[in-house]
Amino acid sequence: MVRIQKQDFSVTEEIERVKRASKSIGGVVAFLGTARDISKGEEIVKLDFEHYPGMAEKKLQEIRERALTNFNIIEMGIVHRIGKIDSGDNIVLIVTAAQHRNDAFMACEWAIAELKRIAPIWKKETTRKGEVWVEEHP
Amino acid sequence: MVKVKFFAMLKIKAGREEANLAAPGSISLEKFKDILKKDFPGIAEFIDRKSVMISVNQEFATKDTMIKDGDEVALLPPFSGG
Repeated sequence: MVRIQKQDFSVTEEIERVKRASKSIGGVVAFLGTARDISKGEEIVKLDFEHYPGMAEKKLQEIRERALTNFNIIEMGIVHRIGKIDSGDNIVLIVTAAQHRNDAFMACEWAIAELKRIAPIWKKETTRKGEVWVEEHP
Repeated sequence: MVKVKFFAMLKIKAGREEANLAAPGSISLEKFKDILKKDFPGIAEFIDRKSVMISVNQEFATKDTMIKDGDEVALLPPFSGG
C-alpha cells in the first residue's frame, strides 16, 4: 500500500486498490500533489525528486501504520514519485478510506503534513535562473 | 568503518554521495559530527544547523545516539517531498 517509484501512477487504480480493502468503506479521500509550473515568480522548467532508498519507504510505511492506529480509518495508500517530473505531472497521492468521510479527511490531511515532515525526499527545481534544492515546507 | 551518505544539496556541497570514515569504538553523535566537520570542511557550516537532520541506520538520531563500526549515517538536509 506504500510505494516510491519513477513511473506515473493511475489515480483511479490507486483508489480502487484502497477500496478493495473492505466493504465497510463508506468514504474515500484522495490528496494528489502535482508539479506546478511556477515558484516564487519563476517559471519551472522541470522538477527532480531524490529520496533516501530504504529510509523513505520505511517512513511512508510508518505514516500508514500510525494513521491506521490513530485515526478511525480502514485503509491508507501512499505513492510518491522520484526522478524527473514535468509541470502538471503527478508527484504524490495519498488515499484514505473510512466508514465515514470525516475520519478519512482528517487522516489524509495529517498524512501529507507528516510526509513533508519526516520522509527523506528532496525536490530540485530547475528554472531559467538555474537549479535549486528546495528547503522549505509550504 | 562507518558509511556516511550525503543527499540533495549536501551531496553537491560535499562533492560525493558516500564516504567511509573510521570511528574509534562507539562514539557520540557530537563527536562524530566533529570528525565529519574536519573531513568535510565544505559542509561544516551545515552539520550544526538545526534544519539538517542526521540518521543512523535509517532512523533519526538524537543527541544520545551512539555511532559504532558498521553503522550507516546519513546527513539529511530539509525535506521537500510531497
